[in-house]
Amino acid sequence: MSSAEESRTPGTGWVGQAIRRKEDPPLITGQGNYVDDITLPGMLHTAIVRSPEAHATIASIDVTAARDHPSVVEVFTGDDLAREFEQGLAMVWSPPGVEIKTPLNLPLARGEVKHVGQAVAVVVGTDRYATVDAAEDVIVEYDPKPAVVDPEKALEDGSPLVWEDFGTNRTHQWGVAGGDAEAALREAEVTVERRIVNHRTAGAPIEPRSSIADPHGDGLTLYSSTQIPHIARFVLAGMLGMAEDRIRVVAPDVGGGFGSKLQVYGEEALMLALARRLGRPVKWTETRSEHMTTTHHGRDQINYVTLGADREGKVTALKARHVCDLGAYQLLLTPFIPELGFPVMGGCYEIPNIQLEFEGVFTNKFATDAVRGAGRPEATHWIEVMIDQLAAELDLDPAEIRRRNFIPKESFPYETPLGIVYDSGDYHGSLEKLLENFDMDGFRREQAEGRERGVYRGVGLSTYVEVCGLAPSRAVGPQGVGLQSAFWESAVVRVHPRGSATVYTGASPHGQGHDTGFAQIAADRLGIDPANIEVLHGDTDQGPMGWGTYGSRSLAVGGEAVGRAAVKVQEKAKRICAALLEAAPEDIELSDGKFQVRGSPDKAMTMAEIAGAAHIPPQELPTDIEPGLEETDFYDPENFVFPFGAHACVVEVDVETGKVEIVRWVAVDDCGPAINPMLIDGQIHGGVTHGIGQALYEQIVYDDEGQLVTGSFVDYALPTAAEVPMFETDRTETPSPVNRLGVKGVGEAGTIAASPAVVNAVTDALKPLGVTYMNMPLTPMRVWQAIEEARGRDGGGPARTEQGRSLDEHGRGAAGSGPTSPGEGGAA
Amino acid sequence: MIPVEFEYAAPDSLEEAIDALVQGGEDAKLLAGGHSLLPLMKLRLAAPTMLVDLRRVPGLRGVERADGTLRIGAMTRHADLEDEPELGLISHAAGLIADRQVRHRGTIGGSLAHGDPASDLPAVLLACEGSVGVEGSDGTREIPAAELFQDYLTTAVGEGEVMTEVRLPALTDYGFGYRKFTRRAEDWAMVGVCALVKADNGTCEDARVGLTHMSSVPLRATAVEEALRGSALDADSIARAAEAAAEGTGPPGDLNATPEYKRHLARVLTRRALEEAAGLTAA
Repeated sequence: MSSAEESRTPGTGWVGQAIRRKEDPPLITGQGNYVDDITLPGMLHTAIVRSPEAHATIASIDVTAARDHPSVVEVFTGDDLAREFEQGLAMVWSPPGVEIKTPLNLPLARGEVKHVGQAVAVVVGTDRYATVDAAEDVIVEYDPKPAVVDPEKALEDGSPLVWEDFGTNRTHQWGVAGGDAEAALREAEVTVERRIVNHRTAGAPIEPRSSIADPHGDGLTLYSSTQIPHIARFVLAGMLGMAEDRIRVVAPDVGGGFGSKLQVYGEEALMLALARRLGRPVKWTETRSEHMTTTHHGRDQINYVTLGADREGKVTALKARHVCDLGAYQLLLTPFIPELGFPVMGGCYEIPNIQLEFEGVFTNKFATDAVRGAGRPEATHWIEVMIDQLAAELDLDPAEIRRRNFIPKESFPYETPLGIVYDSGDYHGSLEKLLENFDMDGFRREQAEGRERGVYRGVGLSTYVEVCGLAPSRAVGPQGVGLQSAFWESAVVRVHPRGSATVYTGASPHGQGHDTGFAQIAADRLGIDPANIEVLHGDTDQGPMGWGTYGSRSLAVGGEAVGRAAVKVQEKAKRICAALLEAAPEDIELSDGKFQVRGSPDKAMTMAEIAGAAHIPPQELPTDIEPGLEETDFYDPENFVFPFGAHACVVEVDVETGKVEIVRWVAVDDCGPAINPMLIDGQIHGGVTHGIGQALYEQIVYDDEGQLVTGSFVDYALPTAAEVPMFETDRTETPSPVNRLGVKGVGEAGTIAASPAVVNAVTDALKPLGVTYMNMPLTPMRVWQAIEEARGRDGGGPARTEQGRSLDEHGRGAAGSGPTSPGEGGAA
Repeated sequence: MIPVEFEYAAPDSLEEAIDALVQGGEDAKLLAGGHSLLPLMKLRLAAPTMLVDLRRVPGLRGVERADGTLRIGAMTRHADLEDEPELGLISHAAGLIADRQVRHRGTIGGSLAHGDPASDLPAVLLACEGSVGVEGSDGTREIPAAELFQDYLTTAVGEGEVMTEVRLPALTDYGFGYRKFTRRAEDWAMVGVCALVKADNGTCEDARVGLTHMSSVPLRATAVEEALRGSALDADSIARAAEAAAEGTGPPGDLNATPEYKRHLARVLTRRALEEAAGLTAA
């Protein structure tokens, strides 16, 4: 602890301090405890046999040779486990009035495989190496069928079907509208239309997935690298026909998730079933190759967007149709992720007429689902790119067009035409602060000078608003948007007899810093140093149910619950203190780390003294005060929260080779009052890096036969420290009226902001060459091809076909409005 | 990520290493830094039954200068070369391989013997017209660079032979440049170009250009070299000569680059590497 931190008086003003993460010393000295670190007595290992075919009938499976390996205990196929798995994996979105085609999704395939990597058998043995060897001896014969890879081709008549029984590759249609976008577009003075491809990416945490199931009596413990231990128990208990109290799910240290562990996977169910069947602990740890193939992917949408505006650049209408590649199966939230972006599809802008349509499509690929931002990066990407495209069309400055369209500060809370209420915001404020920090005039001078020397630099803006803090249960639950779940959060605050405290949270951190931030929140309310507050999570047997960590929800929902539980403890502490100091409870105040009688600082008690009295009551303590010092809070917010901010990215493009280098990144983010500015900075750094990754480097690629081309980190190019600039971060603080802390979320903000800033910057850099728009990822070859085309030369290759596709060919006619009729307003 | 079972030996002498290699037959492999072989084994794309680790064999590390030649032990790590910038081109190119952690393990001999056309050092060896010394049960021999690289991942080093030394002419009167094009700093070269230029009063007396990843083996851009020899060493001549960089190449297309794009890159990078070698631009 630094001297500045030591000098602070415990129990006052911890919130807002950039104290170092409590969780780091063990993690960075190798003392972490990840699932793969756990070895249980008698534990068996598994290796999964996976399909090399994208689409095939399983003709036969011969496990004889594998079973004969000396250390193999048993080999199971899907048919062998038919009794265990009468139900498939869960998909929890059931929007009122909309059918979502959902095929049976078993942990081990039976009869058919629908994507490369699908599990068809599992080898269980006493030695991990031997089980991997034995898995190679499982002989599976496949009769290949035609694979469907391109989601738009999959919607064409005559396309091979992923699921013949459904008679179509279209999974569902969903729509929402407010105002009359069609009419407004007809009347618009200017319209801009683009086909924007938001390609498939991977979550790619450092720690791959890993699960151990441990049987005991008639119960099971599942250790799993998951973001959602409580949801996993809820779902798996139903799937396996067990009572929830017979299943304990533990998420120990989890090495990142980025949404990819917001899932209940077949392997988790498989480990439970095997442990129950064999009566021994069973472990599976994913290889990186398996991770790239069979941990859910993200994004993969094609957005057909039309903006209508007047000549001054005021946007009057937005119409967007989204073709969403969901892969072959529906995982937990697969079909919902594209729609999750809908509340902010109008961006920071006052757009009176909005019409949104979504189509899900089956392809012979692994399922898409939540990856950091989950629907909002896609939404922000296209609206921020489109605003720049409109600015270019009208020859307006990108900052100026934003100013003209921002929802004014005075309009909050602001109800969008879709019926969504943005809680608070100051979009002009964050943009102006950004421009001040950035020095746009200086950059434009430098840019002009550079161009004369053949140096092509460009700046891209992204002014984003995102929706997070999942969420008001009634709005997103069964009768609202239709998720078959809730999204409140729980907290228990327990002060121990000698005055230290334990906080339990139903959130389940995997890198975010809850141990530190939540301790700061509790510290200020308890009068205890955060160093003496332990934050526990990730164990369904330890605290009440909660809903996990994702969607930038933990602080605004889980942190708020911690604050509320701590206030309840504080109130009880005041009653105890008042009784012992012979004062009225309302006269007790927490000040300088002590509970003292207002106006009589010498009459005071520490929390340790109060806790001692709470647990070992003195005679003076009235009997109507219950012993103990522990409170629980269940908190269900009344609205989402809407963080926002403004980012500027400067790129330099080597116009001979097409290579893009990011030379500067300036960010102003607003997630409400900071609990710990260092945690915020860390999230922005990582989040922006994630968005840069998608904009320039990362892409999951399948070939035309459905084979995964990017199966390792050689081909799936995550950016490294060498590829990212130093980040210049700053903040504004606009409190949310939704919760008492006034906080919003920040875990996804950087990712949501980043990709359009990069694309807009590259477009700005190449403007003198006549390049007007490119789809991500902006690989050197794609940029070079775009420059060649703009110069009237043939750059060749796939980028040309992708950009050349016209809206008229694909953008009209087939959209349909889906079962939700336009004009109904927001679904929330 | 789990290799097939294999035997492992770490002999204390070159003789024992050669014996182990010969006994192991065609399924035995030498292990140097392991940064190419071990990932292939973990992915089960390579499955040697015997690994002969050279880490204990004495005399395979370090650089000696003798008679205008650099004699570099085959087990000398990239980081060792990088840290001796006075070695010139080889130090510069070694410092561009992957990242520092890889350079602390990877060796010059391992890289050359692996014969990956996307690796940087083969084109350097070729452009320098160096050679490698190998030793087997039948004695020692020298393989010139032009004969070393036979095909994709295939070199002229025999099954029972150990590469012991890399010999590079010091070429102290040449300027040099190595331009490597990657998506990320740590990646293998999409295309790399190694250039050496000897000037005589503003005229090019000699030029050597080695190409990385423009074929299944490293190549010399002989058309460029011929075009430049005897002409003025200025930007125009270099640009004209560099236009021939893709002649005779057959670059493999991949996810990141079509053959056409690679040929374009070869021309651009050749010009830049030559300009650097001629002292017209900085690295």
